[in-house]
Amino acid sequence: MNRALVAGIAALGIVALAACGEKPQTAGGTKKVDAKAFEGAQNPYSVAGWKAGDRASWEDQMRARAMAQNEYNRVR
Amino acid sequence: MARMKFICDAERCIECNGCVTACKAEHDVPWGVNRRRVVTLNDGVPGERSVSVACMHCSDAPCMAVCPVDCFYRTDEGVVLHDKDVCIGCGYCSYACPFGAPQFPTNGTFGLRGKMDKCTFCAGGPEANGTQAEFEKYGRNRLAEGKLPLCAEVCSTKALLGGDGDVVADIFRTRVLHRGKGSEVWGWGTAYGKPAGGGTGTEQKSGAGTKS
Repeated sequence: MNRALVAGIAALGIVALAACGEKPQTAGGTKKVDAKAFEGAQNPYSVAGWKAGDRASWEDQMRARAMAQNEYNRVR
Repeated sequence: MARMKFICDAERCIECNGCVTACKAEHDVPWGVNRRRVVTLNDGVPGERSVSVACMHCSDAPCMAVCPVDCFYRTDEGVVLHDKDVCIGCGYCSYACPFGAPQFPTNGTFGLRGKMDKCTFCAGGPEANGTQAEFEKYGRNRLAEGKLPLCAEVCSTKALLGGDGDVVADIFRTRVLHRGKGSEVWGWGTAYGKPAGGGTGTEQKSGAGTKS
């Protein structure tokens, strides 16, 4: 009986002290890894002229698209 | 590829706010949040200048430096993005940013100030590219669709340029070398021609403060 009482008190103590334990609170572990843009989008809105997954092709597409902003290409 | 950059040509911006509207529509940006704004200096005074401002995707971004939960990251193309699942909406980035880019919805998870929202260079966020989950949190991912930011592509005067820093710098350099100075740059001189006899009309005065 005495032994059961001691065991009970010990168990209660462990439960009570559990609140004093310190859990890691760093946010670093939850950071997601972003997919690369050249890998393409999971939707039907991609434009033609480049191949998803091919970095060089995507970079060429970006360069061509950027040069479309140069009106001297049109007016000269 | 160099880093993705925006350049806004203050000589060309006509304060039409097309970039602002396009951004809001493309990304379904919530009420009260403007990822891009047009700022006008000396509004109403001859020679006023407007410039379209958003996140400049800084090479050494102060928002990244001050974020207490390290929610920012930079892509291979130099685009500064953040993870809204990590952001706690503290607003430190807002105080650190010299361009006022970080925006906070007024009815978010944290009551009066929600999680930070800013220009993503149309590159979405850490969710899978082009998914509905990414769209709902960060807007469209145009880069993954082979497109450039809509604000730049929609700009009617091509004042706002966006893309590979080397390419847009070349475009801007070519433009500056080809155009004249003063009113010839954009505006009266371009629209109506030079005044006969080298007149000194209002257009001349308005161009007096412009750089060559």
